[in-house]
Amino acid sequence: MGELQATHAAAHEAHGDHAESFIRKYVFSTDHKVIGVQYGVTALVFLAVGFFLVLLMRWQLAYPEQPMPLLGGLFGNRMTDAGVMTPEFYNQLGAMHGTIMVFLGVVPLAVGAFGNYLVPLQVGAPDMAFPKLNMASYWLYFLGGIIMLASFFLPEGSARSGWTSYPPLAVLEPGGQTWWLIGMVLLINSSLLGSVNIIVTIVQLRAPGLQFMRLPFLVWAQLVTSFLLLLAFPPLEVAGFMQLLDRVAGTSFFMPTGLVVDGQAVAFSGGGNALLWQHLFWFLAHPEVYVLILPAMGIVGEIVANNTRKPLWGYKTLIYSVLFLGGMSFIVWAHHMFLTGMGTAISTFFQLTTMIISVPSIIILTVLIISLWGASIRFSTPMLFALAFIPMFGIGGLTGLPLGLSVADIHLHDTYYVIGHFHFVVAPGTLMALFAGIYYWYPKVTGRRMNDTLGRWHFWPTLIGLNGVFLPMFLVGMAGVSRRLYDGGTTYAHAQDVLWLNEVSTVASWLLAAAQVVFVINFFLSLRNGKKVEDNPWQATTLEWATTSPPLGHGNFASPVTVHRGPYEYSVPEASNDFSPQHQEST
Amino acid sequence: MAEIEIPYNSTNHPDTGVYNAKLGIWLFLASEVLFFGALFSSYILLRVGAGGTAGDWPLGADLLNVPLATFNTVVLISSSMTMVMSWASLKSGNFDAFQRYFGATIGLALLFLLVKGLEYYAEIFHQRYPSTSTFLATYYTMTGIHALHIIFGVAVNAYHFVSAKRLYAEEPERFTNRIEVAGLYWHFVDLVWIFLFPVLYLL
Repeated sequence: MGELQATHAAAHEAHGDHAESFIRKYVFSTDHKVIGVQYGVTALVFLAVGFFLVLLMRWQLAYPEQPMPLLGGLFGNRMTDAGVMTPEFYNQLGAMHGTIMVFLGVVPLAVGAFGNYLVPLQVGAPDMAFPKLNMASYWLYFLGGIIMLASFFLPEGSARSGWTSYPPLAVLEPGGQTWWLIGMVLLINSSLLGSVNIIVTIVQLRAPGLQFMRLPFLVWAQLVTSFLLLLAFPPLEVAGFMQLLDRVAGTSFFMPTGLVVDGQAVAFSGGGNALLWQHLFWFLAHPEVYVLILPAMGIVGEIVANNTRKPLWGYKTLIYSVLFLGGMSFIVWAHHMFLTGMGTAISTFFQLTTMIISVPSIIILTVLIISLWGASIRFSTPMLFALAFIPMFGIGGLTGLPLGLSVADIHLHDTYYVIGHFHFVVAPGTLMALFAGIYYWYPKVTGRRMNDTLGRWHFWPTLIGLNGVFLPMFLVGMAGVSRRLYDGGTTYAHAQDVLWLNEVSTVASWLLAAAQVVFVINFFLSLRNGKKVEDNPWQATTLEWATTSPPLGHGNFASPVTVHRGPYEYSVPEASNDFSPQHQEST
Repeated sequence: MAEIEIPYNSTNHPDTGVYNAKLGIWLFLASEVLFFGALFSSYILLRVGAGGTAGDWPLGADLLNVPLATFNTVVLISSSMTMVMSWASLKSGNFDAFQRYFGATIGLALLFLLVKGLEYYAEIFHQRYPSTSTFLATYYTMTGIHALHIIFGVAVNAYHFVSAKRLYAEEPERFTNRIEVAGLYWHFVDLVWIFLFPVLYLL
């Protein structure tokens, strides 16, 4: 390695006349690794913000009408009344928690950070195909996030119509909704640039010998994810423009004729269609669910193969499943709308496609489970998180089936059951996988390992906390308690038997918060004190480990790599090691 | 900053047969198809909901200026032709012809915007605003978003027009590719208008 660094240093000296300034290198960088880290750090901050918002909400749900301890005085008279949050503020928290978690937290972490950092390395490319667009993508995301956050400080507060922003309510609400729409348009353009970049990088910049069927599963997952982002987001952008015009130019795209609010006819020409928004929104937002889950599956696939020291069982099955899943995800969106009176024929169609799309998801889980069979598993910290992902995502996926059947959905729609279902997919599911990814690739990025003891102190409370928060929601929901209730159902007769579960969720959320403190401490301490690692600390086979850890500067590889075999050649009989890296000619 | 060499930046990949930016622009255009697809779908849904031409949905020709829009259609198709001629001129190494055709493309685009502006002016003069009816809202939104695409195209082309000499001298092949990519975008924007014109003005 000393030799590589020497070459690199020499190369740098040769370019000494235009040495990179700090700002060029770490702020406005075009290096995909720097941008990936920028995405990752920003997304983690947003995840923390989104989590903080929901901690406030959980207080109100468990102890309605009681002043918030410590924080009650912080928010002033506009958002709180004698320390108790106002209903308007509760609605803002709900809308922004969803928006921040999905669009500013999980997707930027899964696609922006892991996609950016790992895809060029895993395909053996010096950078993304369009480094400048990559930088633009990050800064659009950053700007969109700032606009979203800034909307809290408007006189009327932030958006408050849920992360779904259904009109006519969203059109009539004052304040931050306009900012929400502008922020969304920026985020959509950011993800457009990012997804074009990832697809072109995978298609054009693969190293010699790296055929499509030799790509790591994570790269396949990122490829399909990028197609979903590329094709599903534009309709929401259109819808965003139209809602913006409804709000600022007085058009009536989503405003029906004869709408009366508070006994007064609203001043719109009418003729619009509120359902149109729902169709355009869910045309994005259902594929978005797969944008959240596919990179997570990819990460888990990498870690499972590495820690079982076996090839993934059914690699091709995984890939065909993920392709089928991606395609199908475009024709299931209206299962979010069974209660809008679309008609039974349309409902039947979307029920059918929804049942079909569950098949490839189950195949993917099955492949991951069978891959564990007969392995002597290394229970490293990333592997713990990856193993937890499998049953947690399983619960999330299976509880979704009743929601895909219109008869069951009549009872469950918009109850806490739905909240439990999709949080199981995204939080104990995707987030566990993303944590696994952070522990697994942290040595790649920093050259140091995260502390394993602290990692276990992070893992177990997180697993217990997540289940403690979300399992009770299934029961609350099946009792018929609706989501988005300011008082958590206190005033409803049918909610009385399950109200105590609200408190269980809230207490579990505190445990979850405490566990994340351990993660933050570990994350920063390990930067300085983590155990130094050699270039390939996990004895892995894929190309990101073919360069130094951390990789040398812009350009990734000291010399071009050539690929000689598939991604997961672990424990090959008669090979000298139990892992055969893709770039090594002989085993 | 340290320049690094991205493979297939200006040469074709042996398997896919295209350079990076060409694949990139086709992906972007795929995304644009979904973008305008959503707009046209919304148009259909809103119009069907309004009960057809006999109901609340006026006939475009009664409110809008068909001759002016026809003229504009011809202008835009001509600009597509000059665009492809400018690229072909570069391909055959005739830089002077490129400048003439490329300048004409920008000029025709500006003419289109001017005429479109006159149309908007006339509508507003007759007090027909986006808030007046859903038909007008749709008309303003669809043509407005299309006009934004034209403005973006003009900006990109103007940049290439101004710095053509320098870029062509540095890397002729790469510059030719850039014009091709800008051209693909431009043809797409024209194609959108070919659909917008009959849908809004004639049907």
